Amino acid sequence: MKALHHKQEICDGCRECEKACSKAYFKREDRDYSAIRITNNFNTFHAVMCTQCGECINMCTANAIYRDKNDVVRIDKELCVGCLGCVGFCTELAMHYMDDLMVPFKCIACGICVKKCPEHALVILSSQA
Amino acid sequence: MGRILKSYNYEPGKIFRGYTGKSLYINVGDLRIEEKEVTQLMKDKFIGGKGFDLYYLWKAVKPETQWNDPENEIVMSCGPLGGITQYSGTGKTLVAAISPMTDIPVDSNAGGYFGPLLKFSGWDALELQGKAEQEIVVFIDGNKGLIQIETAEGLAEDSHILAEELTRKYAEDEKDMVNVSVVSAGSAARHILYGMLNFSFYDPRRKTVRFKQAARGGLGTILLDKKIKALVVRFKGINPNLNDVADIGLINKIGVKYHKEMRDLDEKQNGMRKIGTANTILVMNKYDLLPTRNFQTGGDPEAVKISPQVFIENFLTQGIHDGCWYGCTMSCAKTADHFKLLTGPYKGECVTVDGPEYECVAGLGSNLGVFDPQAILEENFYCDTYGIDLISFATCIAFIMECYQRGQISQEDMGGLDLRFGNHEAVLELMHQMSRGEGFGPMAGLGIRKLKKVFAEKFGADPQLLQDIGMESKGLEYSEYCHKESLAQQGGFALTNKGPQHDEAWLIFMDMVNNQIPSFEEKAEALHYYPMFRTWFGLMGLCKLPWNDIVPADNHLTDIPARVPEHVQNYVDIFNGVTGMQIDKAELIRQSERVYNFQRVFNLRMGSGLRQHDKPPYRSMGPVSREEYESRQDLYDKQLREKQGLDPEKMNLDEKIAVTRKYREQQFELLTDAVYKRRGWTKQGVPTLEHLAELGMDLPEVVEVVKQYL
Repeated sequence: MKALHHKQEICDGCRECEKACSKAYFKREDRDYSAIRITNNFNTFHAVMCTQCGECINMCTANAIYRDKNDVVRIDKELCVGCLGCVGFCTELAMHYMDDLMVPFKCIACGICVKKCPEHALVILSSQA
Repeated sequence: MGRILKSYNYEPGKIFRGYTGKSLYINVGDLRIEEKEVTQLMKDKFIGGKGFDLYYLWKAVKPETQWNDPENEIVMSCGPLGGITQYSGTGKTLVAAISPMTDIPVDSNAGGYFGPLLKFSGWDALELQGKAEQEIVVFIDGNKGLIQIETAEGLAEDSHILAEELTRKYAEDEKDMVNVSVVSAGSAARHILYGMLNFSFYDPRRKTVRFKQAARGGLGTILLDKKIKALVVRFKGINPNLNDVADIGLINKIGVKYHKEMRDLDEKQNGMRKIGTANTILVMNKYDLLPTRNFQTGGDPEAVKISPQVFIENFLTQGIHDGCWYGCTMSCAKTADHFKLLTGPYKGECVTVDGPEYECVAGLGSNLGVFDPQAILEENFYCDTYGIDLISFATCIAFIMECYQRGQISQEDMGGLDLRFGNHEAVLELMHQMSRGEGFGPMAGLGIRKLKKVFAEKFGADPQLLQDIGMESKGLEYSEYCHKESLAQQGGFALTNKGPQHDEAWLIFMDMVNNQIPSFEEKAEALHYYPMFRTWFGLMGLCKLPWNDIVPADNHLTDIPARVPEHVQNYVDIFNGVTGMQIDKAELIRQSERVYNFQRVFNLRMGSGLRQHDKPPYRSMGPVSREEYESRQDLYDKQLREKQGLDPEKMNLDEKIAVTRKYREQQFELLTDAVYKRRGWTKQGVPTLEHLAELGMDLPEVVEVVKQYL
């Protein structure tokens, strides 16, 4: 299973990852449109992002969430009806939505942010699902 | 393959703030198809859903219209909030018609996809009038803007096969099956008066068609009387803003907040996601509320055999979404997959059984003295596929069983069926007889009100006893709660518009367990507020369960926890968010009051709706028999001492039963007085002209009816 991992001890909170993510998928630099969100807790930086746990797959009311060939959890935009159930149910708070979008969005471990991170605090790891 | 009798093309209406602005009229007799404008008056005063149903039904029928006259209509509507995907329980279809059980309007609601898909196909409501010459299927394709009436030859009778056949027929491919919904009845609905309607939706995970039901009042019987075998709608392209709402941000925000509550609280509260409404079986048993052997008692030690855990561990599929419309994270529609049938025409087949709902376990289980979960699920399956209203069936058969137990009717009278309490083989055989239209089936399918007459006239049964133990009011069978110790709930069942069901009020815990509404005035307030509040769901296309089957963590700190104030505010906000209007909690109740009073006047117009029609049978109010009194003798004796100042030691059993009855019947009359007053009605139960004017429901046709009774 491919998943994005965050090295908290290295991250300096520059948020380049957020910009890279939102730019890649929504053509804007706006963290509200980023699938990774860095939070600052007394200068310790934590990344909120999908762990690819897949808890949302079975609860999806439209059968629109699935694992792709790399076991990454994906949303089928054609099937998704935008109920936002997964947003409410995600215990990692890693499923996001914006009012101008029809479907929620999440980290799909694409690695774009990994390349942009100046501190090399992000890495895509593969493990047994 | 059906022959096309009529084809009609239309331009699907654009939905704006919850309304398409158009309704569809189909006369299946002369194959007329018309489009009607939804007027501002309809939106202002009737809102939608069952409000629109009743509006059209009133115009369609005359005071003397019978249920099987061609002019009787089946009207369906989804309501302005119906079909939004962000909040739980937003996929209801409301259905109304003149009922074969009650001869007055009945409204019933179902989940499943039909209502929202109908609206997204361009129709705020659908009227079906007339009688077809031959059996037909009505098909609406909302993407193509096409309505087709086709002959129904070669199609299966029972819903689990019929709906699957039609879903496959009208879906473009396997993936398209989720976009098709079928309304159908079943083979028994041809032979009984309490036939119901199945509303289908396709479950892509289980790869099967599933159902929810608009079960009450004989709607399936009417559908088949009109020779409509099925209605089918297809619409592809569900998205979160098909309703073109005024404030999507507000809807999204409230939706996510609610989904989080479901995630965090459901397991701690009712476990709706795990077992659904059947979670309450043992709670009801504990509080003497689980109807047992025709409501004679409120529980049985054997109830543990039909506990939620038994179904969870042995039958139900867990851990996948089980809702009946998109976005419902309450997901209470449970399913037993690969369930092997032991009787009937499908014996040996493995089927999917939806349920069991609470009413199923209590009605087909304890109330018939059946404590076998396998049998209950099999009864559940056959009720659904045959198109039998499970609640009317259960309560009616419980009545028949007690008549048999008390020697009022014989085995011979029942065509040889040994309908003893607990004999589930006989219960299932009776269902199969209903399906085939043979034996005792059609007679048992008349319902309690008509059976009381038959049993007395034909079999010499005691009319007074039948009246006391037959759990019906207005002709409709009671739903499955033993409520003798809750005066408020006696009113909650009997002082209703369509007959005794739990759709209007469920006050037992507030009243009997928590003693929060001790005075007549407090009970009357509850019997005003809750029926009005709950009517509102029916105007909107919403399910009631998400309102109070889960409550916010701090709900107990609010001023009236039973109302779940935060969730009421959610509904106000969602209404405003969809329609762009600005209502508040008080106006929400007003919206319902208008339609509620209209329905009351509709009853008057059809020759009912007066105080004399709001009477419960005594079994609803207190112990009819010696055994019933003795089963809770300590309680009843205590009440004689404390409430009436009598000494039970100095009275024999029959005297105690008699004075208890007199007292309880008086209490009910006092309650009725208080409720009518609170609702703005006369002592005879007629809405006053002042009250109608104040509500803005003094429409000329309404006033004309009311004046005859003032």
